[in-house]
Amino acid sequence: MRASTEPKPAEDKQQTIKTGADLLVEALIEQKVETIFGYPGGAVLPIYDALYRADGSFDHVLPRHEQGGIHAAEGYARVSRKPGVVIGTSGPGATNLITGIADAMMDSLPLVIFTGQVAKNVIGTDAFQESDVMGITTPITKHNYQVQDLEELPRIVNEAFHIAATGRPGPVVVDIPKDISATVFERDVKNEFHLPGYQPTVRPNPLQINKLREALIGARKPVVLTGAGILHAGGTEALKSFVSNYDLPVTSTLLGLGAFPGDHHRFLGMAGMHGTYAANMALYECDLLINIGGRFDDRLTGNLQHFAPNARIAHIDIDPAEIGKNVPTEIPIVSDARKALDKLNELEPATLDHAEWVEKLESNKQNYPLWHNESEDVILPQYLLRKVHQFTDGEAVVTTDVGQHQMWAAQYYTFNRPDRWVTSGGLGTMGFGFPAAIGAQIADKDSTVVAIVGDGGFQMTMQEMSLLQERGLPVKIIIVNNQALGMVRQWQEKFYDKRYSHSIIDTQPDFVKMAEAYGLHGYKMENIQEIDRELGDILNNDKPAVIDCRVVQQENVYPMIAPGKGSHEMIGVSKP
Amino acid sequence: MKRIITAVVHNRSGVLNRVTGLLSKRQFNIESISVGRTETEGVSKMTFVVDVEDERKLEQFSKQLNKQIDVIKVSDITDKQIVARELAMIKVLTTPQQRGELQAIIEPFRATVIDVSKESMTVQITGNSDKVDAMIELLRPYGLKELARTGLTAFTRGQQLHQTEVKPYSILN
Ligand SMILES: Cc1cc2nc3c(=O)[nH]c(=O)nc-3n(C[C@H](O)[C@H](O)[C@H](O)COP(=O)(O)OP(=O)(O)OC[C@H]3O[C@@H](n4cnc5c(N)ncnc54)[C@H](O)[C@@H]3O)c2cc1C
Ligand SMILES: Cc1ncc(C[n+]2csc(CCOP(=O)(O)OP(=O)(O)O)c2C)c(N)n1
Repeated sequence: MRASTEPKPAEDKQQTIKTGADLLVEALIEQKVETIFGYPGGAVLPIYDALYRADGSFDHVLPRHEQGGIHAAEGYARVSRKPGVVIGTSGPGATNLITGIADAMMDSLPLVIFTGQVAKNVIGTDAFQESDVMGITTPITKHNYQVQDLEELPRIVNEAFHIAATGRPGPVVVDIPKDISATVFERDVKNEFHLPGYQPTVRPNPLQINKLREALIGARKPVVLTGAGILHAGGTEALKSFVSNYDLPVTSTLLGLGAFPGDHHRFLGMAGMHGTYAANMALYECDLLINIGGRFDDRLTGNLQHFAPNARIAHIDIDPAEIGKNVPTEIPIVSDARKALDKLNELEPATLDHAEWVEKLESNKQNYPLWHNESEDVILPQYLLRKVHQFTDGEAVVTTDVGQHQMWAAQYYTFNRPDRWVTSGGLGTMGFGFPAAIGAQIADKDSTVVAIVGDGGFQMTMQEMSLLQERGLPVKIIIVNNQALGMVRQWQEKFYDKRYSHSIIDTQPDFVKMAEAYGLHGYKMENIQEIDRELGDILNNDKPAVIDCRVVQQENVYPMIAPGKGSHEMIGVSKP
Repeated sequence: MKRIITAVVHNRSGVLNRVTGLLSKRQFNIESISVGRTETEGVSKMTFVVDVEDERKLEQFSKQLNKQIDVIKVSDITDKQIVARELAMIKVLTTPQQRGELQAIIEPFRATVIDVSKESMTVQITGNSDKVDAMIELLRPYGLKELARTGLTAFTRGQQLHQTEVKPYSILN
């Protein structure tokens, strides 16, 4: 191909004059991109001009801050399992995206992020709005590119989508110098990709599958741990068959919730720092732990020295580097979770000799359920979350921010279906929850989407209320308002002798008026009568709403494994 | 334990940055890295000498490298029959009277003198790292003015006699 900055002779100008940005747009259309979360600026002006020309090809969502846009793209990706597409300008546009990129990396969410860059001939001169996007994003991306030549652009876009969405998903950044998006080119360029170093292993090794089956048959105390990998694999049905083939008890990581029905009689609840007694004791006492698509994060394992001390560990993960990283693993299975489960399900089911164990777990479940205080008037946050479940029949897409409310949502909003739970687990990003709900609602127009947020975190990205106003998206924002950075306050209460250093915030905006300022309905609820009477209607109408729920500030999330403790050393297991 | 790991990489911009960034982010203790082109266009080879605590850390090292999109192949060649070389240049303080003495020291190492001045002499040596270390130690008492080493580069010999299998990642097979 010939690239030139000169327009071609006049005759066939109309049909053929395209810029690098048009190439990008064509590549996005080819990738079947429907939604773009983007924010314009100098270095992406040529791209925005091409988007203008391609009017109608995409739904372009304009957040009010790039961070809001990228969290929305994450919510979109989590619910649709398709890559979220993000555009930001160079310099501050790109740096505003960083938190979202790091978040997506930690939680393995497929994103393709296009950043504008200053023109190639001034890169490295501290040009206006230049930032070293490659340098900054290398450690927080699955891969990143800077386009050096117009000819590479279609191939790179193609590769970027492939890398983001296959294997272990993750964010891919494509940095595009402005002169490249502005360059006029004359004919089609090839876009086949060339990735000799990238071939994720998606099929399990049959020997390891057999080993797992033998281990299962020999096990007296088996337990399955579900992680987000099952959701990425779309493996829920295969998992259900596997579990029923051997009648196995199941627990989950925070991000694996929904992979297995929360109301199933063999489900023990979430495990980990704020997991249930039954789940954590099952991990502690089991003799065979089958981790499917979880990465043994420290919030899940607690002190590794006390983690599953008597268990043989089997681990199914698409990323070989996760296997054996934190926990020595006897039966490693590098595979897509669904493909591995399908293989397991091809084998003859077996009746295990584990009646005693199953009974014990059942009695743990009965004797040590999640508990919370009771109230006749003031709102307890746990009660609120149970009501949200009830009013939405457990069918809503629930997004959360980070903090106590997030844990209560995990504990009390029982998820029975996959891809309904959107939360920031690995990075724990405050400000994630509400914009993620916007992306989730865009991906799933028909479901009720509820954003459960703290009064602290909501204030980090609440400007995105503009998007609800602009689009009439019926997202319901429930502010679990304890007038505090609750999770911090809880740690200060427990581990710092109640020295509440900068964690109580009694100065707040009037959230109802804020909502109204954005043309939304705002509600304030201060007692359970109001919740019982009004919340159901609000959650079930088709309008956006901001619901400021005043909850008891002193409530703590229990049970809890204190930092450094083992999973059997929970505090707050039963009522004091 | 010290291991020699090689990585064949797809030579795209950013790959060096990505690999070295990864090693520091994951706190690997690198003794040396050398990089250069190979016989295949667009493909480079990196040789790392790492000091790892145990097998698990070693396995992580290889897996994390392998995970990078532009890394094509990672091999731990420590236990194979290999040829490994590095080059060092050493500027040693010498009086003209000591030159002969130094010549005698470096000769068995097949090192060569590549520069001489009034108060110093620069010696070049090629070999495996132990040999280079040994010569440096002998020269140290004279006073080392400057020392530069390329880091080790290595590959397996054409013929492997008692083939000690390169330990494969157990999970991949
Ligand atoms: C305040 C707070 C408290 C928390 N408390 C807890 C807690 O009590 N318990 C808890 O569990 N977590 C808790 N977390 C979350 C925790 O930090 C981790 O984010 C979480 O445990 C990770 O879950 P995961 O391993 O299932 O998901 P991820 O971190 O998303 O890992 C997914 C794994 O699946 C693999 N994978 C991806 N695709 C596939 C596929 N197709 N097939 C197979 N494998 C695949 C990936 O390689 C990866 O290893 C908390 C977080 C916060 C912010
Ligand atoms: C961006 C960011 N800053 C700081 C933190 C540390 N942090 C974790 S939870 C928390 C408190 C959150 O308070 P709030 O949003 O009100 O939720 P609550 O815990 O009260 O439910 C803080 C400050 C974080 N996770 N993210």
